[in-house]
Amino acid sequence: MNEITEYLGRNARQYGIVIALLAIVALFQALTGGRLLDPSNVVSLIQQNAYVMILAIGMVMVIVAGHIDLSVGSLVAFIGGAAAIMMSDWGWSWPLAVALALVLGLLVGCWQGFWVAYVGIPAFIVTLAGMLIFRGLAIVLVSETRASLPDAFNAIAGGELPSWLGFVGRLDGVTLLIGAIGMAGFVLSQLRARRGLIKHELAVEPMGIFLVKNLVVVALIGVVSYWLALRATPIVLLIVGGLIMIFTFVLSRTVFGRHIYAVGGNRHAAQLSGVRTRVTDFMIFVNMGLLAAVAAIVTTSRAGAGVASAGQLYELDAIAACFIGGCAVRGGVGKISGAMIGALIMGVLNMGLSILAVDSAWQQTIKGLVLLLAVALDVVSKRRRAYA
Amino acid sequence: MTEKHEDVVLEMLGITKEFPGVKALQDVNLRVRRGEIHAICGENGAGKSTLMKVLSGVYPHGSYDGDIVFDGEPMAFRGIRDSEDRGIVIIHQELALIPQVSIAENIFLGNEHSGGGVVDWNRTHRAAADLLARVGLDENPETTPAEIGVGKQQLVEIAKALSKRVDVLILDEPTAALNDDDSEHLLRLLREFREQGMTCIIISHKLGEITAVADRVTVIRDGRTIETLDLHGDEPVTEDRIIRGMVGRSLESRFPRRDATIGDEVLRIEDWTVHHPSDTERVVVDHASLNVRSGEVVGLAGLMGAGRTELAMSLFGRSWGTGISGRVYKDGREIKIPSVPDAIRHGLAYTTEDRKSLGLNLIQTIRENISSSALGKLMDWMGVISGEREASVAERYRRDFGIKAPSVESTVGQLSGGNQQKVVLSKWVFSDPDVLILDEPTRGIDVGAKYEIYALVNELAEAGKAVIVISSELPELIGVCDRVYAMSQGRITGEVPRERATQEELMRYMTMEKTR
Repeated sequence: MNEITEYLGRNARQYGIVIALLAIVALFQALTGGRLLDPSNVVSLIQQNAYVMILAIGMVMVIVAGHIDLSVGSLVAFIGGAAAIMMSDWGWSWPLAVALALVLGLLVGCWQGFWVAYVGIPAFIVTLAGMLIFRGLAIVLVSETRASLPDAFNAIAGGELPSWLGFVGRLDGVTLLIGAIGMAGFVLSQLRARRGLIKHELAVEPMGIFLVKNLVVVALIGVVSYWLALRATPIVLLIVGGLIMIFTFVLSRTVFGRHIYAVGGNRHAAQLSGVRTRVTDFMIFVNMGLLAAVAAIVTTSRAGAGVASAGQLYELDAIAACFIGGCAVRGGVGKISGAMIGALIMGVLNMGLSILAVDSAWQQTIKGLVLLLAVALDVVSKRRRAYA
Repeated sequence: MTEKHEDVVLEMLGITKEFPGVKALQDVNLRVRRGEIHAICGENGAGKSTLMKVLSGVYPHGSYDGDIVFDGEPMAFRGIRDSEDRGIVIIHQELALIPQVSIAENIFLGNEHSGGGVVDWNRTHRAAADLLARVGLDENPETTPAEIGVGKQQLVEIAKALSKRVDVLILDEPTAALNDDDSEHLLRLLREFREQGMTCIIISHKLGEITAVADRVTVIRDGRTIETLDLHGDEPVTEDRIIRGMVGRSLESRFPRRDATIGDEVLRIEDWTVHHPSDTERVVVDHASLNVRSGEVVGLAGLMGAGRTELAMSLFGRSWGTGISGRVYKDGREIKIPSVPDAIRHGLAYTTEDRKSLGLNLIQTIRENISSSALGKLMDWMGVISGEREASVAERYRRDFGIKAPSVESTVGQLSGGNQQKVVLSKWVFSDPDVLILDEPTRGIDVGAKYEIYALVNELAEAGKAVIVISSELPELIGVCDRVYAMSQGRITGEVPRERATQEELMRYMTMEKTR
């Protein structure tokens, strides 16, 4: 048992944030008399917060490397507006518009990455400039709102997967299948990792923790799939889920991902270890541009229109999600899983407070306090550990 | 001494200062006469700077044992402010000027001429101009330190010191970063101060300067006072005489044995010249040539500022300096090394003397640090890093190198200095280099861990690697190296094979000054 408490102690931050999320969910579930986790609310929770999660994935990488990106909200408006014009003014097909929007995101990322990595301007300044530049360009471009976008495009954010497999009782077959694949995939990958560690005679987490962790995750996937199966799987959930898996892999298992942590932890040491820090910085912003384009597509699709004022304050939502999720302000530390939970905490707060009909001014105040509290807890607990 | 009347201004009696695991000073005594220039000599790490930090209150009263008597009164400084109030002012080796703020403001920083919190600029500038005239610096008080050279910055530091009431001025390596003219000027200034009745304590490695300017010298070795020599005494004090005091200790069996089987030349450098990155006129490494063979451990000796680290870092993918010229040959073929990845590709590895700020990512794990210079070796054909392979590699080094940590997932920042150094070594051995340059590999490590590091160096050499060890500890170089180069003022001044390597011989080359 001692072993288990010690392990939990070392990984307190990671589990703490999950517990915080569960506590907030439970609190609002009680306060709203069970309305928070109504199936249609769960679906809209995902649909409403998809953009934060997508942006936060890129933002984690930016923040871990010791940078910041203030421009993503403006990028969403600019790129989304461009995609809307392609479809409504020029009548291009929606797949082409989506593809070109992604290319545009890459180009904008190259632009910002160039100034940060090769000219050496702090990212705060470059992206503050980008925030103004791309908001301005969005307004120039989308002087009037472009509505009447193709239905297929609008389904990206608002639509659900059709029930190809029919129903099991009241439950959608496709959603149940996805849930089952998710559970099996998680357990199998955990087992495989654990077997590998044991094969190499390396330390593994205590068996008790391992079992509990797997049970909890499987139960969570089960519960969420059940709620979703009462309706159907939102398409945007597949996009977000796919991105989370891809980028978690990129950060932990590719050289690029590992170099991000190395650069953020100690830039000089990374340089002297042969990391091409400029290339790493550049790629981080290219990647952020690409993810901003994905967020732009989702946002435009959800609104069903290209609007010049889209994406206001999105950058702050994404940054807040990262910091609540355990990213270190000085860089070097941060995980996508943490940022996703951070985004969910903000999302649940939003939704819970809305259901309770709390005034939006108060919602903002409360969210600000939560951000401050989360980071304060982190800082204080770190200081205590340093003295211990 | 008793027959002459001695006017002692400052006395430090039985000073002992301990850091966790290290006794930095042990029963040190220092007696400084009023109005003299008193030099303190000793090898790097002998405890000179620690002693001056005790004196100036950087280490407050209570954190050391022993007494400080100033003007006949016992002192208990709790901080720099206290010692400055009594007129003891220290100028540290690293200049503490704010580069973007005018000289005048720097001089009066924390001590502003003001009325009710509002700075009186006229008075500030006039007072600054007076002080600058006193130190012989002809610059407008409104220029910033960034615009003037290091030599002039040193003078600004002195002017800053003079802006306070100074009875005893302490200078820690004041000429280490200066060129000859600036050094000359500074020494002239010290003589002037002496005539005005000020007492100066100067720490310096440049024995020529000391014999030229000092009245008396106190030699410190391994945290103890060895002797105080009077340069105006009956017996002439030569540089050799001082050196004898600085190094006179016997070699114990602190070094594991190795039977060298030395092979072919692996690396050769010819005419390597490097300039300072900001003061681009200054030559830091001056036409250095050296070579190292497989299975050989070659030492690089030199005092602080000799240019050893600069030589190594400029060689390692031009990580330091500008205006780099010279040729590098690897296995007989000339190579170019414009970047660190190129250096790694050519089989070079460099472990820095400053492992915390340049060598390690302290917030990451042992595993992540060890793999960081050679992630490519852990990738499969799709470019994916195998977490298992990585962990097992790290685990192997943890066992082989005896890194004391609960697991490879421990954060490097929590390890002791010796274990951190083993992580650095693991990281570079994993990159499988042909040449390892180890810069101060045992700095700040306890004796037991030092022995383990030496054993690792021997193993590497036995495996056919070429090893260059940069160290400020001469016994260490003599104990582990087959051959030692000595550097002084950027030049390689001597090459000594193991059989002939004595501390006196090396120190003679290390203090050899440029002939003009």
